[in-house]
Amino acid sequence: MQHEVVFAGFGGQGIMLAGQILAYSAMEEGFNVVWLPSYGPEMRGGTANCSVVISDRPVASPIVPRPGTAVVMNNPSMERFGPAVKPGGCLLVNSSLVNLKCDRSDVKTILIPANQMAIDLGSGKAANMIVLGAYVGATGAVSFDVLTSFVRKKFASKPQFVELNVKALTAGRDLAAAAVRGGN
Amino acid sequence: MALTVFKKPEAMSKNITHYCPGCTHGVIHRLVAEALDELGLRERTVGIAPVGCAVLAYNYFTVDFQEAAHGRAPAMATGLKRTRPDLIVFTYQGDGDLASIGTAEIIHAANRGEKITVIFVNNAIYGMTGGQLAPTTMPGQVTTTSPQGRNVAEMGYPLRVADMLATLRTPAYIARTAVHTPQMVVQAKQCIKRAFDYQARGVCFSLVEVLSTCPTNWGIAPVESTAWLEQNMAPYFPIREYKRPEEA
Amino acid sequence: MGERLLMKGNEAIGEAAILAGCRAYFCYPITPQTEVAEYLARRMPEVGGVFLQGESEVAVGYMLFGAAAGGSKVFTTSSSPGVSLLAEAMSYLAAAELPVVIGNVMRNGPGLGGILPAQADYFQATKGGGHGDYRCLVLAPASVQEAVDMMLLAFAKAEEYRVPVLLLADGMIGQMMEPVEFPVFAEPPSRYTSGHEEWATTGARGRGQHLVKTLFLNPDAAWAHNLKLKAKYDRIEANEVRYEAVDTQGEMDVLIVSFGTMARVCRTAMETLQDKGLKVGMIRPISLYPFPAQAIREAASRSRLVVSVELSMGQMVEDVDRAVQGKAPVRWYGKAGGLVPVPDDVSAAILGMVEG
Repeated sequence: MQHEVVFAGFGGQGIMLAGQILAYSAMEEGFNVVWLPSYGPEMRGGTANCSVVISDRPVASPIVPRPGTAVVMNNPSMERFGPAVKPGGCLLVNSSLVNLKCDRSDVKTILIPANQMAIDLGSGKAANMIVLGAYVGATGAVSFDVLTSFVRKKFASKPQFVELNVKALTAGRDLAAAAVRGGN
Repeated sequence: MALTVFKKPEAMSKNITHYCPGCTHGVIHRLVAEALDELGLRERTVGIAPVGCAVLAYNYFTVDFQEAAHGRAPAMATGLKRTRPDLIVFTYQGDGDLASIGTAEIIHAANRGEKITVIFVNNAIYGMTGGQLAPTTMPGQVTTTSPQGRNVAEMGYPLRVADMLATLRTPAYIARTAVHTPQMVVQAKQCIKRAFDYQARGVCFSLVEVLSTCPTNWGIAPVESTAWLEQNMAPYFPIREYKRPEEA
Repeated sequence: MGERLLMKGNEAIGEAAILAGCRAYFCYPITPQTEVAEYLARRMPEVGGVFLQGESEVAVGYMLFGAAAGGSKVFTTSSSPGVSLLAEAMSYLAAAELPVVIGNVMRNGPGLGGILPAQADYFQATKGGGHGDYRCLVLAPASVQEAVDMMLLAFAKAEEYRVPVLLLADGMIGQMMEPVEFPVFAEPPSRYTSGHEEWATTGARGRGQHLVKTLFLNPDAAWAHNLKLKAKYDRIEANEVRYEAVDTQGEMDVLIVSFGTMARVCRTAMETLQDKGLKVGMIRPISLYPFPAQAIREAASRSRLVVSVELSMGQMVEDVDRAVQGKAPVRWYGKAGGLVPVPDDVSAAILGMVEG
């Protein structure tokens, strides 16, 4: 078993954190995991991305040129990572901000109005948790219970964020799971 | 029974110095050793030797020593003092070492307020490499790399280290002194002892600039060199205490 | 072992230094290793240690010297251009036989280059960097856990041989997060180098002068000092070779030699090549100096081709070629400038060499 995912978007969208929370959850579940960020000037105001590899074997290459899943939070990320997804893989698109289309028929595309869903739940900042939940809902890479209990632990000192984040993860998970079942 | 009125300080070794006739390094070494003896610091002092004529300074002291690369003595003193704050740490540096290749290290050690003492020997020339232009070489002074004399239009004016460091807020004690007359030797001793005493009391950075002679590379007789220093260096490099912690 | 933590390589390297007993860290900020400094700026005061940001890597090198010559375990980290500045002090540290640990989280060069991962400081690390005849023990981690284990080894070996030890990591090791476990010591290691009482400058109380120096004006004394250092390097070459061999049994079509993160990319590429029916093995040097020449030569004698895969324009390949001694053709594959070959690049390149 090996899952490879890239989270990509603007700096400030919380995508590094989303990737880290996924990596922590995978570790808690006993998997081998690598979180690798893009780093440098591009972090400052430009595009940023991180990749996570989750495996039941030691992770060989930490570099993910053809991820099984790409989570794209803005148009530049769509341009860069839409074509990179492995055939048979999955493309999770933040349709609140991404209007570029990916016309690949060999990947499953799931549209998630992440910013709008997060605003509806009370804070636009939770868009990263919406897509993280969606990723787990679509792939089952980690257990959703492990994910939410890690988030409860991580944000324990800020109870107001715990409920918001768990709601956001759940909303994302439900949307993606339905899309996978329903064929979108 | 004979009464001892003059002896070699315990902090000085028995070795005969390699310095040239008329050079005042030996006098300055002795003043440092006397200060350490009188303040009872010898057994917890570590010196840092420079590159230059005083590279072998460790041969003439009985205290522990480290030998630095050219100009880096203040950085070495920093590393040692920060990790061994109970030690008394001093650097002994010449003008090429401190005022040219080591300007970054001396300025930042001073500005951080490292609790070290710097003995800065300024003889207006590179000694060990054989008489080249130093940052402190006097205008018009002939050296092997300024054969027509220091041209200030090309090489600027001599760097006044004590004056420059005294503009910094952090250092505690900055003084310039000299050893070309018996009276000045007495005053220099006082400055050096003061600098070590401040360090022993945990006060931050102290530096004593000592104007020194280099008859060999100046190309004049030892006796004339003291007059040369008096006439040429002393007016440009004021002999005074610039900064004392009591005045801060 | 302690609990399993998810940590960034740079931070894990900082924590490992503390675990090794080091309580003195001097640094100058440079990407992509600045997190080590930021981490230890917080941690050193918590454990009663010294954290100091120097004015330059040049100065930092001598802060290490001053502290190490005072008997303290010391550490710094930097990245390629900064290590060029440290190189002056490394020659002095080696000459003065001082135990220090230096981490180089390599970025691409030459010159200012960029901040992306590279392995182009191989020559600098293994062949010198500074002036004169000296060597550093050079260790190259391929994972965050290995970086932590290597830090403990680095402090132990620096102390055992009284040499500078270089941890040579690429930018990815510094930036990636992986699960890591820190060993738990019943008795925490000392902040001082063992045996330092014999030589360190701690004040001449009731004993003769201790002198830490590198000047030997008398050629006979300088020769004797060089012989002493050489004898030490010979012992290191005899005892400190480390490597990992993967699938190197029997006859091979290709033997890959690769280190650090690049070796992990190769590991994935190997699977692709093996799926195509090629017999591919890999030797991953863990110590770059001493270089596992003998193991490579032995494996090369059973392989039709040897390929050195590096994030450089071909540096380690010279050592590989020297090790192989003509027992098989030796080729290089790599990228530089911060580009990192992906597994498919490596497998395609090797396939091309095999078929070509």
